Amino acid sequence: MFSGFSLFPAQASTLAPEIDNLYLGIIAITAFFAVVVVIFVVYFAIKYRDDTGDKVGAPITGSVPLELGWSLIPFFISIGIFVWASVVFFHIVRAPDQTLDIYSTGKRWMWRFQHIDGQREINELHVPVGRPVRVVFTSEDVLHDLFIPAFRVKADAVPGRYSAIWFEPTQVGEYHIFCAEYCGTRHSGMVGTVYVMEPADYQAWLSGGGVTGGTMLQQGEALFTQLACVTCHLPDGTGRGPSLVGVFGSTVTLENGSTVTADESYLRESILTSQAKTVKGYEHIMPTFQGLINEDGVAALIEYIKSMQAGGNRVASAQ
Amino acid sequence: METTVVESPVNYVNHRHTVASWLLTYDHKRIGILYLIVVSTAFFLGGIFAALIRLELTTPAGDLLSADVYNRMFTMHGVTMVFFVLVPAVPAVLGNFAMPLMIGAKDVAFPKLNLLSWYIFTIGFIFTVVSMILGGVDTGWTFYTPYSSEFSESHVLITGVGVFITGFSSILTGLNFMVTIHRMRAPGMTWFRLPLFIWALYSTSLVMVLGTPVIAITLLMLVFERGLHLGIFDPRLGGDPVLFQHLFWFYSHPAVYIMILPPMGVISEVIACFSRKNVFGYSFVAFSSLAIAVFGFLVWAHHLFVAGISPYSALIFSFLSFAVAIPSAVKTFNWTATLYKGAIWWKTPMMFVFGFLGLFLIGGLTGLFLASLGLDIHLTDTYFVVAHFHYIMVGGAIMGYFAGLHYWWPKMTGRMYNDTMGKLAAMLIFVGFNLTFGPQFILGYLGMPRRYHVYPPEFQVLNVLSSAGASILAVGYALPLFYFLYSLKYGEKAGANPWKATGLEWTTQSPPLAENFPATPIVTEGAYAYSKREMKVA
Repeated sequence: MFSGFSLFPAQASTLAPEIDNLYLGIIAITAFFAVVVVIFVVYFAIKYRDDTGDKVGAPITGSVPLELGWSLIPFFISIGIFVWASVVFFHIVRAPDQTLDIYSTGKRWMWRFQHIDGQREINELHVPVGRPVRVVFTSEDVLHDLFIPAFRVKADAVPGRYSAIWFEPTQVGEYHIFCAEYCGTRHSGMVGTVYVMEPADYQAWLSGGGVTGGTMLQQGEALFTQLACVTCHLPDGTGRGPSLVGVFGSTVTLENGSTVTADESYLRESILTSQAKTVKGYEHIMPTFQGLINEDGVAALIEYIKSMQAGGNRVASAQ
Repeated sequence: METTVVESPVNYVNHRHTVASWLLTYDHKRIGILYLIVVSTAFFLGGIFAALIRLELTTPAGDLLSADVYNRMFTMHGVTMVFFVLVPAVPAVLGNFAMPLMIGAKDVAFPKLNLLSWYIFTIGFIFTVVSMILGGVDTGWTFYTPYSSEFSESHVLITGVGVFITGFSSILTGLNFMVTIHRMRAPGMTWFRLPLFIWALYSTSLVMVLGTPVIAITLLMLVFERGLHLGIFDPRLGGDPVLFQHLFWFYSHPAVYIMILPPMGVISEVIACFSRKNVFGYSFVAFSSLAIAVFGFLVWAHHLFVAGISPYSALIFSFLSFAVAIPSAVKTFNWTATLYKGAIWWKTPMMFVFGFLGLFLIGGLTGLFLASLGLDIHLTDTYFVVAHFHYIMVGGAIMGYFAGLHYWWPKMTGRMYNDTMGKLAAMLIFVGFNLTFGPQFILGYLGMPRRYHVYPPEFQVLNVLSSAGASILAVGYALPLFYFLYSLKYGEKAGANPWKATGLEWTTQSPPLAENFPATPIVTEGAYAYSKREMKVA
């Protein structure tokens, strides 16, 4: 019963110390106020105790300076916490530029992970220490939530769209993956393990097999031909659809004049519900591929589109 | 002030005896008692579900209940406690009984509507109980889509309809209370002479009337999607699952204030009475209730920080969540200051106030952790959240409800309960509560997700502590049932004003006449005019 018992979680990512400092900071501030109030309540309750019930208290009705003081001081302290916590928040939600990308799908009741090099794993995730990793994921059915307490990150897996978390592991070891959004019968069985490995061990693991159907890039390329994407999305821009060369990460202007950044979510939406957004200057003739392609296929296609850069160089993020 | 009340042997309890005279009554006091019976039944039902949850969690493996049964237990615990205990407890039981008495009215503005509200509430409760007997619901009390609309194989429709029906009881009660407070105050009872409980009920009524229709519409849409496969929330049907969360929390966050504002009002009454003083900063306490009611509508998306909303909208909702904490802090400081130079009478209701202050303080301050964006990402959907909202909604709200029940019990029944037993119950609840939910803060930061049937073995120690606490808590909550029932027959006669309190409800006999007062009272002073009494100052 006491094995592995601790009062504080493992600190295994670059974000973890930042979040822990925030946690301890807020504990210090709130504990101070709690102790002050408790001391006053206990002191008054004892000092002014009168069990006859026949006396009355002093005729004190209030004090405006006190009211202003205990409204404004907590307010300014709250602002301080708000700013601190928001800065940390943007570190959590904004991934660095160079990340190792991994795709994942939650379904009842397992997590599937798909590596760029083609490895697939279920409820296990192997990552190298000391390198920022970004997991892009969705759900095939209900809401799930990818939660890795040791890294202090989580995000909901929402069917129909992509979410992402990022982390840079700092400690080699094994850590829990939990599903943190209730998803039915075996919600508490939708758990797994992150294996943080030395870079050399990670390389050995990558080359250890488990690859079927080639790298994600190869799978994507095959799908691109098989689904006939290639007939409209010509690389030189003369096709019926816009050229996809260099589209990833660029700003796309839509027919209604608004702009959107072509990230994974945008590409995903364009493949599965192509009517949602149409690029300026093109007609919406693209069919929907909903039901024709599974989540793994969508991820592979996106990886392939990411790789289409002018001059044929792959983007760094995918490497 | 301390005039002798001429006691009539006839009162609202004994003037008619038949069952029909209770079930067809328009008397707000009798309706309050009817609510008390249903709410207490729901409280014990919800408590049994909680006990099974805590028993299951004493071991990491799922050995007592199957996963499906466990999921139904926490869902039905949540549904029962939120919609049939926490929301109605103080407004419908204590508000119905005491509010007209406190403003010097003969009844609420619409007595028949008041009875209808109770019937609607009870029918909603019966629907929910029927769904439980048929096998229950397993969606969590939050009914998140698309699980609830397309995937769950449990009785979502019946429960949804039950909660939908119950909502109308809230709306009608809120409406009734608002009109009553506007139109039925006794001569001289100006707004700023109103007891603070009335201000709290008024603020709550606003939230009930404005917020409840939204949950009703949301549940209706859920029923449409589940029953007719209209695509609203499920992306496979072209819907948006996050939309449900926005709509759900647009009501359900303000609903937290429906649960906590009335108990806050109770605390103001009780703390004034047992400190024999004015509530410090009366108008600040009164307006903080209104501020909470208004700002409470602007913070719902803080439940969605990891659900995929824009980081910039998250910033705004985080800021507003910090802002809504300020009026609660102001109330706490004012209650503390009220004790200063009081003549503090250590009776049972006051013990519940001390318990409330301790638990509400922890509940409120841990809310700041969750309002903090950078921290909420790690903490949300873990046991930290479970601990936090139990401190507010059970530690705060139920402690306040019990304070009120022990305060007005002599007025409701004309009898005194055993004060020592009352203090023992307050102490057991306080100790048991902290032992139950304190360890859950640590579990949450360690990363234990909520709604887990099985869990990694390293979390067992804290879970066992929590379950041990829950057994103490159960004794504390069950104890009042016995001494209250005992007091009905054997309790000392209370007399009109056993607490020597100010307030109109204490100027009439206990139990009050069917028409409340022999003659319409005329009010000439503020709510807590203890210092005007001809008594020696402490």
